[in-house]
Amino acid sequence: MENKAPSRFTTIFRSGRHSLPVILGIFILYPFFAGDYYIDIAFFFGIYALLGLSLNLVLGEVGLFDLGHAGFYAIGAYTTAILNTQFGIPVLLLLPVSALAAALFAFIVCSPIIHLRGDYLCIVTIGMGEIIRLALINNPFDLTGGPNGVFGIDFPGFGTLFVIDSSIKFYFFIWLVVGLTAAGLLRLQKSRIGRAWNYIREDETAAGAAGINVRSHKLLSFVLGAAIAGAAGNIYAVKLMGVSPESFTFWESCLMFCIVLIGGMGSVPGVLIGAAFVSLFPEIFRPFAMYRMLVFGTVMILMMMFRPGGAWPRKRGESAFSPLPGKARQSDA
Amino acid sequence: MPEPSPQKDAPVILETRAITKIFGGLTAVSNFDLSVHAGEISSLIGPNGAGKTTVFNAVTGIYRPEEGRILFNGADITGNAPHRIVARGIARTFQNIRLFAAMTCLENVMAGRHCRTSAGLWASLFQTAGQKKEEARAVEIAEERIRQVGLWKARNDLAKNIAYGSRRMLEIARALATDPTLLVLDEPSSGLNPRETEDLMDFLKDLIHREKVTILLIEHDMNMVMGISDWVTVMDGGQKIAEGTPTEIYSNPRVIEAYLGAADDEEN
Repeated sequence: MENKAPSRFTTIFRSGRHSLPVILGIFILYPFFAGDYYIDIAFFFGIYALLGLSLNLVLGEVGLFDLGHAGFYAIGAYTTAILNTQFGIPVLLLLPVSALAAALFAFIVCSPIIHLRGDYLCIVTIGMGEIIRLALINNPFDLTGGPNGVFGIDFPGFGTLFVIDSSIKFYFFIWLVVGLTAAGLLRLQKSRIGRAWNYIREDETAAGAAGINVRSHKLLSFVLGAAIAGAAGNIYAVKLMGVSPESFTFWESCLMFCIVLIGGMGSVPGVLIGAAFVSLFPEIFRPFAMYRMLVFGTVMILMMMFRPGGAWPRKRGESAFSPLPGKARQSDA
Repeated sequence: MPEPSPQKDAPVILETRAITKIFGGLTAVSNFDLSVHAGEISSLIGPNGAGKTTVFNAVTGIYRPEEGRILFNGADITGNAPHRIVARGIARTFQNIRLFAAMTCLENVMAGRHCRTSAGLWASLFQTAGQKKEEARAVEIAEERIRQVGLWKARNDLAKNIAYGSRRMLEIARALATDPTLLVLDEPSSGLNPRETEDLMDFLKDLIHREKVTILLIEHDMNMVMGISDWVTVMDGGQKIAEGTPTEIYSNPRVIEAYLGAADDEEN
């Protein structure tokens, strides 16, 4: 994959250092020229980007097949919905609370299953996602509102000083969170933790024999991934001002899986491309909505055949390490 | 430097006491004792299926033996997780080279530094001064190791793209990056040509003279075993059938019968 010539698309973006400010500029200016409808589409692109980043941590970086990720997303969303509607806790404060709730849940549920490999883990996570969804429908303790869900969530804000109540504010809110998350993940990739995750993905036995605590690093990826998904759940719930179980189906987990596979396992820019594909594509081709799944499937098959590493696979090389300050690189001996 | 006199005053660094490993109905290793003395090159030999790799896997924590104890520097390490055993100072390589294929050679060697570094999640997220310093030091040590095995030029190549012989050396570099006191090599010369085997022998001899490291190896290449070992233990059918200096082993009739007579078939 890596030694194939990069596609024209990636060459354009890698070629110049100008690409980043240009993309950033477009992102900032976009909502001032687009209508609310299109701003909302970009908002959901952001939600999927955040979800993609969260699953990428588990699936892309560590290679763990997690097809129940929507469960963590649901826990974040419901934590926010219930705590806000029942106790009136400000939703912005609930953002870290939702992340922690999903992380704690992941820790408890994943601890006993973390040693499972490949497809076995996949099946168990599918079960976990479905159990969460069914539990929400069954309305435990009269908290989740059954199939109707929970409605009437407040807008996020700092008291009455600044309230995120319009599409444009939500747009900046989600992309700020995506940006911070992406920056954090890029830093982790260049740390011993990020490398440990990749070693486990490449060869679990060899990683253990090289001194990596396989179990704790796998668990950490699940917990962190769940935390980000939980945060995404919070933002999703406040945007829709309510939650219902049908937002967290198996299909949602599949979409996240597609984002990571299409974009490129373990690649942050790849995830953004994958999220764009999954969220923007159906909007652009709305007239052909009937054929959506057909196109989707075809694209997946073609990707697997011709670009198995994803649209923008992570490049490995000298850039894998941050440049060392004040130390000249040793010359070739 | 004079050759160390085998099995005399050097302390025992690794000891297995009556270990037994059973797979289903098959007893792969039974009641096996092994002593490795510090600063020596010890070899474990035996015909295919003798249980050599099983002993290695028990020592490095991949398997837990059903019975018996494994002592390293006097401490009981039986059943410890592999990463704990590495942290204690035992590093290994695999018979069928196991590298991180899609990562660079330098990243592969960096894996060995993991257990000697400690930056946590927050330090890594905020790139604290301590984390940066630790990272720089880890890169430096990994670079030294990669230079030591002669792969400096390939440091930024992906592990899957380098030659077979280089992969063996890269795996050794990764093991050395953990600062081991005991290096456990599972058939390091398999798949190497005579010239490469020769180089490997020189490398290991040099290593043992320069660093405070002990080497335990499984080997099929008799020239290599006899050429570099201070002590040889012979296994057959999961049991120890002989041990001694290479010359003693060479003339031991039981060994000749069990092993040397059938030495021409290659394992895997």
